[in-house]
Amino acid sequence: MLAGPSGCGKSTLLRAVNGLIPHMYSGEYEGDVKVDGASVKESTMRELAQKVGFLFQNPENQIFMFTVERDVAFGLENLGVARGEMRQRVDEAMDLLGIGELALRAPHELSDGQKQRVALAGVLAMRPKLVILDEPTSLLDPRTAAELVALVAKLRRELGTTFLVVEHRLDLLVKVADRVVVMSDGAKVLEGTPAEVLFGDEAEAYGVAVPAITEVQKMLARDGVLPQGELMTPVELAQKMRGTA
Amino acid sequence: MIELKEVTFVHQNGVRALDDVSLRIESGETVAVVGENGAGKTTLVKHVTGLLKPTSGTVMVDGQDTRNTSTAKLSRKVGVAFQNPDHQLFSESVEEEMAFALRNFGFSPEVVENRVSWGLELFGLEEYRKSSPLVLSGGEKKRLTLACILAWDPEVVILDEPTVGQDSIQKEKLAGTIRMLRSAGKTVVVVSHDIEFLWPVQPRVVVMKAGRVVGDGPASTLMLDEGLLASARVAQPQLVAFYRSLPRRPERPFVDPLEARRWLEAGRAVP
Repeated sequence: MLAGPSGCGKSTLLRAVNGLIPHMYSGEYEGDVKVDGASVKESTMRELAQKVGFLFQNPENQIFMFTVERDVAFGLENLGVARGEMRQRVDEAMDLLGIGELALRAPHELSDGQKQRVALAGVLAMRPKLVILDEPTSLLDPRTAAELVALVAKLRRELGTTFLVVEHRLDLLVKVADRVVVMSDGAKVLEGTPAEVLFGDEAEAYGVAVPAITEVQKMLARDGVLPQGELMTPVELAQKMRGTA
Repeated sequence: MIELKEVTFVHQNGVRALDDVSLRIESGETVAVVGENGAGKTTLVKHVTGLLKPTSGTVMVDGQDTRNTSTAKLSRKVGVAFQNPDHQLFSESVEEEMAFALRNFGFSPEVVENRVSWGLELFGLEEYRKSSPLVLSGGEKKRLTLACILAWDPEVVILDEPTVGQDSIQKEKLAGTIRMLRSAGKTVVVVSHDIEFLWPVQPRVVVMKAGRVVGDGPASTLMLDEGLLASARVAQPQLVAFYRSLPRRPERPFVDPLEARRWLEAGRAVP
């Protein structure tokens, strides 16, 4: 998970990973980015497109076909994947995201959460090793957002895909992220597990929202009421408090 | 101040975006409107600003029917920062953007200058004074639209999803701005999914679902109604979920983490 105030360089970093930088943007470029062992600057966009999937903040920016299944197939068609295999991969991706029943619907008739799933299915049909999600929940209501996060956790478990997610709302991701990287002014300033970053004192100074319940847990740990331990949900913390009698 | 009476709004395509909504907001109230995407929240806001007129029913703002009032006249009373700031920014520079409405409302050049400086400072935008609004980030654009509105001092301030794209420092400032408006006696309406942001503000909460108002009451009681929240797909604030799970608890849920700590450490949470 990638966090940090607006303008800190998160989006630029994402573009350096999917190859838009340096292939499509001009500017000074130093150092090297490797994805799955291959240097981004030495890879072609075509190679990168098969390894790195990108889900935009607003799904409207990436779904545009007349039916859901055509939309999911779009990337594969562009790569010239054979028909039989394309059919199989499209069905598989739609099943994974639970949108099989929407296959023949027009994307613009769907809800925001469903559109997000269609866009993600299109990304997964390419079988990428890495999927980048740029603030995927910012337009979703909280319950739909929680469903998307649960889905990402499931996909990681079942497919072993790596996810790189930009998100302001840590409360949604603390339970599923392995690692949090915080950026500020174009540099990496914090890195660790969600617990390390959120229990630390610096996160807030970099504009990372510490969930209210983590704030409570932190104060209790500081005051010696509870050992710090793992990040807890509100219900888990309440149960823990029962146990301290 | 704002009164909707049996308002129904049907879009041209037949979709009923508001369905028999009656709602009264008194002067000086702080009201949060919550509900899932497509519940009718933004349509409701557009009725208060007069951008949309009801298919049936009436909308009164400050005693005047919006059907018989020009949107220009209404905008002096009701300032709204829409969800997408690109829909309301159009000037060549940030300061020009702020000055535009002020001049239109007939403020003197000195007042315009003072208020532009005040707004840019309040929202941390001074460094962009001469820049085009288009170079601002999404979060900065949202702050600029809010600065523009507050500069002309409307009686009602409506914020549609103000926290989208804002980091926690900016959210903190935004909460401070809402408190400031509240103590200045303004009517504030906040449309937001960000329940964690709304909770410490402790507004009156209006819950919408499929074009109807399905819940209305103070945050401290309404956020305890799990059935209502689930049916409207509204999340429960973390501190409320925590409060609900404690074996013994105070009369009202904790408003902020400090309150929770005080209660817990006084040993009262343990039976």
